[in-house]
Amino acid sequence: LQISARRIDKTTIFDVTGDIDLANSPEVRKALLKELRETRTPRVVMNLSKVRYIDSSGVASLVEGLKASRDVGSRFILFGLSPSAREVLQLSRLLKIFEVYDNEEQALAG
Amino acid sequence: MSRELLLKLELRSDPSMLCVVRGAMERLTETFGFSAPECRSVTRAVDEAITNIMRHAYKNQPGKPIELHIHRLGRRLGPRTERRSGRGAKAPNSDGFEILLTDRGPAVDPSKLRGRRLDEIKPGGLGLHFIRQSMDVVEFKRARGSNLLRLIKYLQPANSLDRDKRREDLADLGPANR
Repeated sequence: LQISARRIDKTTIFDVTGDIDLANSPEVRKALLKELRETRTPRVVMNLSKVRYIDSSGVASLVEGLKASRDVGSRFILFGLSPSAREVLQLSRLLKIFEVYDNEEQALAG
Repeated sequence: MSRELLLKLELRSDPSMLCVVRGAMERLTETFGFSAPECRSVTRAVDEAITNIMRHAYKNQPGKPIELHIHRLGRRLGPRTERRSGRGAKAPNSDGFEILLTDRGPAVDPSKLRGRRLDEIKPGGLGLHFIRQSMDVVEFKRARGSNLLRLIKYLQPANSLDRDKRREDLADLGPANR
């Protein structure tokens, strides 16, 4: 798994490449919580267009990011969901809970 | 009904092996004749089941044994040929895919195998829910010092898959997802 961060004004975009599963979801969680709780970035965006698969532990990390964003009054946005990632959020009834966009342009304009 | 071994895998409890198992499951389910959503579904169920074994049965200890056996269920010859003429999806005599997962962790209390309520927005407790949503049969058993998890997915006729896909597409048209 690779996670890199880009900062544009008051937004941090995390570009994630690889599958998010038990082996590496703690890494995703750590990056998200640091950006939201410590850096207090007003808007955190996850680029998931290069993530083919997210398991339940990956969903849990995203939920933790969402809850942290609500705690600190930031926005937490996802874009570029693969069919598998979309299915897993649908199955957990979280697809409509997250702010989800098709691409980066829409995510930043939203 | 016949039962034919398609694949046997022996692995150790190491999360870095999960992607290897997913790769094998993706190819095997494709070869068997499942649709793309079904391939993802079965792969997800196996991945989540092994994740549960590593986390809960073995408490994240590395190097513990896990066995995966996959059988084809059915009386017929070629899965793709049968897929076109298949009838009676989810009936016990349909063509199907049986997955047996074995671990040697402590006995699991089946009454504790519950996913969390989905109306709660909180991390965790989703793995078992994904398995139950994905598979037609989910059974737990303790035998000879091992936990056995048996999962079955039956092949569905193509027209019912098209109907399910249309239903999903309609559900996706909500404004939150545009």
